[in-house]
Amino acid sequence: MTGNARPTAGEVIDTIRRGELTCRQAVENALAAARTHAALNACVELWDEPALQRADELDRLIASGVSPPPLAGLAFGVKANICTTLGRTTCASRMLADYRSPFEATAVRKLREAGAIPIASLNMDEFGMGSSGENSAHGPTLNPWDHARVPGGSSSGGAAAVAAGFLPLALGSDTGGSIRQPAAMCGVVGIKPTYGRISRLGLVAYASSLDQIGPIAADVHGVALALTHLCGFDPDDATSADLPVPDFTRDLLADPGPVRVAVPRQARLGSNHPDVTAAFERALDDLRAIGAETIDVEMPMLDAAVNAYYIVATAEASSNLARYDGVRYGRRAQNTASLEELYTRSRTEGFGPEVQRRIMLGTHVLSSGYADEFYVTALRARRVIKQEFDAAFSLGCCAVATPTAPNPAFRLGEKASDPASMYLEDVYTVGVNLAGLPAISVPMGLSTSLGTPLPLGLQLIAPAFEESSILNLAARFESRVGHFSPLA
Amino acid sequence: MPPDDVLLSEEVVRKVARLSKLAPSDEQISLYRRQLSDVLSLMSALRSLDLAGVEPLAHVGEARNRLRNDEPGPTIPRDQVLSLAPDRSPPFIKVPKVLGEGGGA
Repeated sequence: MTGNARPTAGEVIDTIRRGELTCRQAVENALAAARTHAALNACVELWDEPALQRADELDRLIASGVSPPPLAGLAFGVKANICTTLGRTTCASRMLADYRSPFEATAVRKLREAGAIPIASLNMDEFGMGSSGENSAHGPTLNPWDHARVPGGSSSGGAAAVAAGFLPLALGSDTGGSIRQPAAMCGVVGIKPTYGRISRLGLVAYASSLDQIGPIAADVHGVALALTHLCGFDPDDATSADLPVPDFTRDLLADPGPVRVAVPRQARLGSNHPDVTAAFERALDDLRAIGAETIDVEMPMLDAAVNAYYIVATAEASSNLARYDGVRYGRRAQNTASLEELYTRSRTEGFGPEVQRRIMLGTHVLSSGYADEFYVTALRARRVIKQEFDAAFSLGCCAVATPTAPNPAFRLGEKASDPASMYLEDVYTVGVNLAGLPAISVPMGLSTSLGTPLPLGLQLIAPAFEESSILNLAARFESRVGHFSPLA
Repeated sequence: MPPDDVLLSEEVVRKVARLSKLAPSDEQISLYRRQLSDVLSLMSALRSLDLAGVEPLAHVGEARNRLRNDEPGPTIPRDQVLSLAPDRSPPFIKVPKVLGEGGGA
């Protein structure tokens, strides 16, 4: 257990509110620290000018005695697949290398309106496709714990930036674990809310039935704070949930009385890294120590979640990414003789290898003669996975617990040429997206057998729209287990 | 289904690439063939499951459509949209010849 050497989102806001730090100083500090950590390659670009301008506006507001908005001066980073009008929205793809969005994502707007200040575009796996951060046109992001290792993906830049301490908050997106897995591998907290909780307007689509935006922060309070301002109905997203949004920071550490947590036998795979196995068993002891009863459950379809996920996700991707044709925006191949050649060459030049593989896989599983065998079968498995979660919750469980990932952060290049083994890194996270549930990753300890200490994550999964219960459980778990920082 | 059906033929990979509007090099085709075959053999584990009678679930929101009144609202200005196009001749986006020689789209 170590202290949290990084300023948390709550601390930054309190310091500003007490007048010990101006918004300008907070933003300048974050920008300077981002430059100090440039070697991590966590940022695509920094937005100094609009960020400082906004900071000055807020400082003037504070100086005039007006009560500032709740997140005033909180610097945050935006994953490169979430649209802003501050700079480029590259999706870490050559296809969108110069793309400037004509509109802003609802999630970014809501954080801005709450006083938070976007300062950086964050590196990622191209279009969200990857579990290591290596599939980026901007080059890989490094893990702050060990620069020879991946930070996880696809929200690689956000997790690395928060872990390194230069951003108190990052916006990520999670289609199959892309917030939770890098949060686990970098020792920070990430939550994927219920499908529909946060507007997807302005999130560049990868797999629309699975994609969700969510926050990454240094502690549970930080993600709860961000979530309180990010959630809410958006008439411009047809899948947005029209439900009341609680203040997720309230009662974060309150004792909820007796709670029950389901532990699927399938979460204790023999193929887990021994350090993950040991840390997970200790985490279950810690959950019991804070008053949770753990019960063993069977969720046999979880074994098939990766298979079903990579069929559903790539099928949707092959359709969503058809829009990149070199005509209306994005990269266009030069000197083409026909429209067909323009489409094909623009796409071949613009997409990296993993994106091309997933488009081809998705095209294949949807093609005539294969759709029933692959796509429809995967959708049947998807329903059973959802039913298995429902069954666990119907036993009175407020959460299902698993490790976030089966391994600690792996070496750069280790799995890069073997997509099938890379996909298996997502074994514990993808089922959550298929079922549309909220899930949080919170640090549960360190792996110590690989030379450098590497953080490991505990995943807690809740029923739909019950984010509060896993935030409470995660916050109380965090109070017991502590924070893990590469700076400590 | 026999296992040799799982390993994609080069012909199938080329067809999928064409349908995807991608033109990988011969070297990439052979790499993708191996990698996609690995992934598909992982996927084929689904075949051993008994899922008969289970209704497919395409979306957790199921078939809930949200309608709204047909009232005009703000839109992105045309000039701004056009400015994103790689080649244009306002108010049009320019593309290579669609019909006739060199067409074939």
